[in-house]
Amino acid sequence: MKVYVDRNLCDNHGQCAISAPAVFRINSEGILEYEDDVDGSLRNDVEDAIDVCPVQAIFIRDDE
Amino acid sequence: MVAGGSLGGLRTVEQLRAHGYTGSMRIVGDERHLPCNRPPSSKGVLSSTASLSETLPESTFRQRTSTADAQRSLGTKTFCSNLADRVVELDKGETVAHHGLVVATGLFARRLDTCTPAAGRFVIRTIDDSLVLRARLRPGIRAVIVGAGFIGCEIAAAATALGCQVTIVEGSSGPMENSIGRKLSDTMKPLMEDYGGEFRTGRVVGLLTALDQRCVGFTLDDGSQLAADVVVESIGSLPNVEWLDGNNLDLTDGGLCDDSMRVRGATRAVAVGDIARFPDQVLGGDARRVEHWATAGDTAKIAAATLVADLAGQASPAAVTPTPSFWTELCEVRLVGVGSPGAATSVRELEGDLGHPARGVALGYFREELLAAVVTVTLPSNRQLHYRGLVATARELASNLPAFQPNPTRKREDQ
Ligand SMILES: Cc1cc2nc3c(=O)[nH]c(=O)nc-3n(C[C@H](O)[C@H](O)[C@H](O)COP(=O)(O)OP(=O)(O)OC[C@H]3O[C@@H](n4cnc5c(N)ncnc54)[C@H](O)[C@@H]3O)c2cc1C
Ligand code: SF4
Repeated sequence: MKVYVDRNLCDNHGQCAISAPAVFRINSEGILEYEDDVDGSLRNDVEDAIDVCPVQAIFIRDDE
Repeated sequence: MVAGGSLGGLRTVEQLRAHGYTGSMRIVGDERHLPCNRPPSSKGVLSSTASLSETLPESTFRQRTSTADAQRSLGTKTFCSNLADRVVELDKGETVAHHGLVVATGLFARRLDTCTPAAGRFVIRTIDDSLVLRARLRPGIRAVIVGAGFIGCEIAAAATALGCQVTIVEGSSGPMENSIGRKLSDTMKPLMEDYGGEFRTGRVVGLLTALDQRCVGFTLDDGSQLAADVVVESIGSLPNVEWLDGNNLDLTDGGLCDDSMRVRGATRAVAVGDIARFPDQVLGGDARRVEHWATAGDTAKIAAATLVADLAGQASPAAVTPTPSFWTELCEVRLVGVGSPGAATSVRELEGDLGHPARGVALGYFREELLAAVVTVTLPSNRQLHYRGLVATARELASNLPAFQPNPTRKREDQ
């Protein structure tokens, strides 16, 4: 499963890091870092992260 | 059956699916287009030049595939209801029978109590409201904002940035005082004044003046006159509860819920988001509504679990009161709050200095010794997450103390 964050939208709110800490984290500069290739078992967490992002910056790309 | 299809309603249908509900779902909402994310309406949308058709795709909530089969009725209002018989009547004459109800009809903007013509007077609740107001915020015009809550302050900040002459009338002593307390409000006031906003605090709007069928200003309670090309009323919001009348519910200030988001006095009915008035198990005190974006999602999770369990006749999982969190952006400052600042008995800096807000500050709100909330000013989100952790831990510790167990009414034995 591919995860993508639109950096133009992302405001570094950090909410995603609470919902899916295995995928998203905020570094010591306060900037988002994330895994873009994620195991399907984390799908629920990533969907939660999508929901809590106030600017809807997170997307899942299913390549099928 | 979900009444109200914006953030709270949408999150609840997603969570119903996530909790294993496979039955049919119908969402009835009175907005004409798919509901939009509200926070940008008082911020970015006001300062951008994008048209509605450009703004809509970005602001419209995306739908999870798991909810694609939900039936949506846009532009439709719930008109009245009989919760005992599980029927809701729609304004288009249709009667909908259902097995379970989600109350997610949110709030509407309160207006000044006046019969002055509506022309020249504005409110913001939806993206459409925002675009109507934006068209009037031309450089040099006199914009008077009534009410200095979060939304009023954000609109004031956007209007000053657009070159308007902005005056903010507020009954308390400063901006956002009811939400963030006196200390931080006193810091935000000069900052907003530096950006060109002029405050008339401790003042209440008296008679409005009209000319040629439009509002052109008003008198304040001290007798002074304020002329305005645009009056924005940001004096709070009221719950959309009329359609629940006649069901013997407690509808004073929203729908009263138990701590699992069940509507008190009804069965198989839950409420979520801005309309839900629910108790705080940790801090105790009266049940209250929490008008924050994150609360819609947090309450939806609890409500969906409750409704799925109630429909199956099972005990619902013990609910944990969500920790409120909010943010606001104005005058190049972002305030991020976690917890309940309103519950505090004392406030002090945990990091930084309120004399220099631009360098980053964290303010701790204490209720006796308990850290009830932290609000950060222009701190990066790793610091915010740190304080969020502190508040969460404090709440967890407090909820394990016998003195903080105001939850004796849970009836699980009879299941
Ligand atoms: C301008 C603005 C800016 C904001 N900014 C922030 C922010 O920066 N940070 C933050 O934390 N929070 C912010 N909020 C608060 C946040 O947007 C709300 O908490 C959130 O929208 C609540 O969602 P809800 O679904 O409970 O209610 P609502 O969003 O009010 O949705 C209720 C829906 O029900 C519909 N409805 C009403 N009555 C009926 C009826 N009888 N039948 C059918 N449908 C009906 C309405 O049309 C609406 O679509 C802001 C709010 C506004 C208005
Ligand atoms: S929640 Fe959204 S805005 Fe915040 S860091 Fe994550 S992607 Fe960026």
